[in-house]
Amino acid sequence: MQQQDYVSQIHRCFRCGYCKFPTDYSSFNCPPYKRFRFDTYSTGGRLWLIYGWLKGEIEWSERLAEVLYTCTTCKNCTEQCPMRFAPDIVDWIVGARSDMVEKGRIPPRVAHFFESVYGYGNPLKLLRSDRAAWANGTKMYASGDEYLLYVGCLGSYDENGQKMARSLVDMLNAAGVSFGILGSDEECCGNEIYMLGEMGLFQNLVEKNNQKFKELGVKKIVAICPHGYNAMKNRYPALGASFEVYHYTQLLADLVKGKKLKPFQSKAKVTYQDPCFLGRYNNIYDEPRQILQSIPGVELMEMEKNRIDAFCCGGGSGNFIMDLLAGGEESPARVRIREAYATGADTLAVACPSCLTMFTDAVKSEDLEDKLAVKDISQIVKESLTAKKK
Amino acid sequence: MPELKFDKAKCDNCKAISCLVKCQYMSLDKSEAKKEWQKVINGEDSFVLEACVTCYACEEYCPFGNHPFYLIVERQEEKGILPQSRPITKQAINMTTAQGKFLVGKPEKTALSFCAIPRLYTLATGKLFEDVLPSWVLGTEFFCQAMFLHFARMSVIKENLPQVIDNIWNQGIREVIFLHDECYGTFTKLAPAYGIEVPFKPIHYFEHIYKRLKELKNEIKPLNVKAAYHRNCSARLVPETDHFVDDIFGLIGVQRIKREYDHENALCCGGLLMTSKGYDLGHDVQKRNVDDMVKSGAGYCVFNCPACWDPLAEKVARRGIKPIHIIDLCKLAIGEKQAVEVTV
Amino acid sequence: MSDVYEALVKIVGKDYASNHHEERYFYGRDPGLMTPHEADCVVMPKTTEEVQEIVKLANKEKVPIVPKGAGLALTGLVIPLKGGIVIDMKRMDRILEVNEGARYVVVEGGVTHGALRDYLNKHHPNLRNSLPESPPITTIAANVVIHGQGRLTNQYGFNSDMVNGLEVVLPTGEVCKIGSCSVGPYWFSKGPPLPDLSGLFLGWLGTTGILTKVGLKLYPKKKIKDLEVLVTDKEDLIPDIIFKITHTEMVEDLAIWAQERPLMFRGNYHINIFLTADSEDELEMKRKMVYDSVQEYVDSKDAGFMTINLDMRRDFMDNPQKSMTAFADVRRGGGFEYAGPIIPMELYPECARKVAELAIKHRVVYGGSGRVIHGGHCMMFSFAYTFNRADLDEMGRARKALHEAAEFVADKGGVLWKPNIDEQKIMMERMDPNTLKLMTDIKKLLDPNGIMNPGNWEAK
Repeated sequence: MQQQDYVSQIHRCFRCGYCKFPTDYSSFNCPPYKRFRFDTYSTGGRLWLIYGWLKGEIEWSERLAEVLYTCTTCKNCTEQCPMRFAPDIVDWIVGARSDMVEKGRIPPRVAHFFESVYGYGNPLKLLRSDRAAWANGTKMYASGDEYLLYVGCLGSYDENGQKMARSLVDMLNAAGVSFGILGSDEECCGNEIYMLGEMGLFQNLVEKNNQKFKELGVKKIVAICPHGYNAMKNRYPALGASFEVYHYTQLLADLVKGKKLKPFQSKAKVTYQDPCFLGRYNNIYDEPRQILQSIPGVELMEMEKNRIDAFCCGGGSGNFIMDLLAGGEESPARVRIREAYATGADTLAVACPSCLTMFTDAVKSEDLEDKLAVKDISQIVKESLTAKKK
Repeated sequence: MPELKFDKAKCDNCKAISCLVKCQYMSLDKSEAKKEWQKVINGEDSFVLEACVTCYACEEYCPFGNHPFYLIVERQEEKGILPQSRPITKQAINMTTAQGKFLVGKPEKTALSFCAIPRLYTLATGKLFEDVLPSWVLGTEFFCQAMFLHFARMSVIKENLPQVIDNIWNQGIREVIFLHDECYGTFTKLAPAYGIEVPFKPIHYFEHIYKRLKELKNEIKPLNVKAAYHRNCSARLVPETDHFVDDIFGLIGVQRIKREYDHENALCCGGLLMTSKGYDLGHDVQKRNVDDMVKSGAGYCVFNCPACWDPLAEKVARRGIKPIHIIDLCKLAIGEKQAVEVTV
Repeated sequence: MSDVYEALVKIVGKDYASNHHEERYFYGRDPGLMTPHEADCVVMPKTTEEVQEIVKLANKEKVPIVPKGAGLALTGLVIPLKGGIVIDMKRMDRILEVNEGARYVVVEGGVTHGALRDYLNKHHPNLRNSLPESPPITTIAANVVIHGQGRLTNQYGFNSDMVNGLEVVLPTGEVCKIGSCSVGPYWFSKGPPLPDLSGLFLGWLGTTGILTKVGLKLYPKKKIKDLEVLVTDKEDLIPDIIFKITHTEMVEDLAIWAQERPLMFRGNYHINIFLTADSEDELEMKRKMVYDSVQEYVDSKDAGFMTINLDMRRDFMDNPQKSMTAFADVRRGGGFEYAGPIIPMELYPECARKVAELAIKHRVVYGGSGRVIHGGHCMMFSFAYTFNRADLDEMGRARKALHEAAEFVADKGGVLWKPNIDEQKIMMERMDPNTLKLMTDIKKLLDPNGIMNPGNWEAK
């Protein structure tokens, strides 16, 4: 794996603080800064601490590592930083994490995350054999299928993710899409492993996955999770991948446009959370909205901060499991739930299992369960089709 | 130094003296024009050299192709007349000095030249150019130099042009699609006027997009709009390309409205007039031009020159007319997005 | 210090107090060139009462306190020179009141300029504040405490002139209201017709109290913004050009800049002339008056209005101007600092030459820029030098250049703005002794234990 040379570059941060904001400066948009409020938890703070650590002015501590690992790699800073190095910021942070990994100096929760993926192929530390427990007879991928549906760890094991996977499978079947899954042969995509800096494990996962896809003759992959989509789109090719990859919202948008799926009716005021790995990382903002807007009766209401300014759910970089930003009203998921509720929407639509699980918890903490439903887009589409049958 | 091929006899025999009589920024009758033009030819002082706003129009007005404008520029330089202020001239030279910071895509035999204008890079995307891209060059190393006609610096053009030609040639490029009249004019008109050999084939981008639009005919949805064409100064160097505006508009369902300040009677964008002459002339010219667009019922103002955009686009937009570059206009017709916009 | 930390936790809760090395390290330095000194604790109060408690604690324990906004003055004013508690004010982030008719806002001491800009855009689109060009995280309170300037400074003066009232926690812990708000509910004046006590806090760099509320004047926000840039290569003409342009009284903001990179700008002086209007006619009238005011220099070919690429125009009109911050990294070094004396207009040419001369002498890259203050009574001239944060030698050279610039301007009669401790000495050495004594007495009276941002404005 080629490493970003952060060591010779990281001194360039001026700590000007643009990284804390969205485009309109309305509120703080860096998840850990919003949560902790010490400047050290903003991107600028983090880069200065890393530089201090490199210069030997700061000793390693568990807290230093936590500061580093509370970054959800949401990429808001990259959008806002006025400097020319802006596109490299996340890579610098990942570079520093990978040095910490190499030195064995990482927070226990991160270590646990790695161990789980290493030993079990997923960060939830659940049995490989249970990976397809959700699948309920979903067809296994066979040569000749158009798509491999890559379900991902949350889709396979997380209660909310499983619901998402099931509704998506139903939609693909309803539209007559030719696809199959890998079942218990599927393994972690590695996106979080990369972001957390475990490059050896990442490379190993990618090679295994690439090999598997090649053997099966996979030409097209559709990923449920934007994190997996991102890894496969932007990291796998350099390690020998030769397949096309789509996020499921791209496929659903096409199916709706091509009238293969005809959403019937759904009376809902919906607001939509742009997942970081779909939006800021891959510039996919329109397709999820097109799907929602294709449903008669759905009123799409934007949160004040949307698209490149969307506030992260706080789950990125493995935090959907490790949850280093948890606790209190200022945890990103709870902040975002309040922002979603403020739109007047009755449904918060997501397109990412990480967002789904973070928000499903947060809506309870905010005591808004009865007022704001958190649903994945495929669930919303499915409900609109079910309405037709009734 | 290459010398201008100027045929004095053609001027001696000329009855109309259109170069000066038709000038929109000076008022001369035929006999005054004859007298002043002889002074210019003979290298004597003439108020014409001071009054010239460097709009290039006399190049088009001269029926003999005798390059009256180049001669004016030569004489201005000889006499140390500054059409632009000293600091603005300094800025122009600084910003176009080759510094080894050029960019290239993957240049092949046929390539797009974005000259030294990054905005052309932004504009030239999508299906209209997919047959050529990523074969392109951009940077001051490829700067056509014609801008110095506005600055009485023919010497700079003559000195730098051969190197620019080499730079393009050395990229292995044999056919160049130029996205600016100034470039196309430099290599098809100015260089020959000075006996500078151009080894590659210059192609005007109008010709290219016209060809592409015909190939993409099935994807065109006619725009059905009326547009005022803002004809730029450097279009005067290559009037033979003007028909492409009508041809392209015809393909995409755009009506080039008849108005006073189009074709030979086109007005300057006002950018350099404001800079060199002050508010009154610059504003008057801009106002007449935009008033004329409004009066003629234009929904769009179509630009060809990327440099006219800056002084004029916002002003047009504030009057309720949508400014758009001709490339972007074609993109709209084939369902692509406009790349360069202003918001007011 | 662990007792102090425990006491701070009691005041603000454990989430908002830290004695971890990470915070002590980060809050011990700023982006400029002054020597860092680590804090002992960092605390983030939410209310005025919490600030009072912290101040009382500091008095009891005789521990220094340093109130801090974003720490972007660059001159080390929030470096805890003698350790102690850094108070990060940014959690006091409520915008309390906008009086639209009287055009003022009341904000808490940690509200950022960015947040206020957004709030006014959304809720009071006819009003604006004088936004500085520093990043949007800059707090309003810190900006007025250092006599900051902003986009409306040519029209209305220093941002501190726009203060309309203060709530201050005094160095002894009492809360004190300053201005009309001290006698009634309105925040329309910081002093007049009462004695103007705001002068006890503005410009004192946090040595006389902590601003927990600021009343700030707001101004009409015009519908159209535009920009012209006049360019000349003769610095000696600038004072007269500015005199002529300011005579028109048509200009919102006037900034003058010169820099060596990119090459396009080398050798010229650029005057950014910001115009605002509610109609096209108003705009053109203003534009014409500005153009006409300098026509003689256009005719003589000494100056010309440049054609501005619309992207560049957007960049200049952006407020805060992001590209100004990006100056830090023009040479991929991540650092810049400026000495920003306030000077009479006539000193511009000398300063313009000096900033370039010092750059050559100390082998650093410069930017020289000025902002006209209140119609031309004076200007801020910035001697800005970039440095590479990874190059100690260059940092040393930049610091020398800045110090020489400060001494040069002070000798010429300029006054150093937001001076670092060395520059404060330069000022105090030249100050009328009775003035200095008055300052010292005031400080002592207000802060008997000497706990407030010690090291600053300290006469020997």
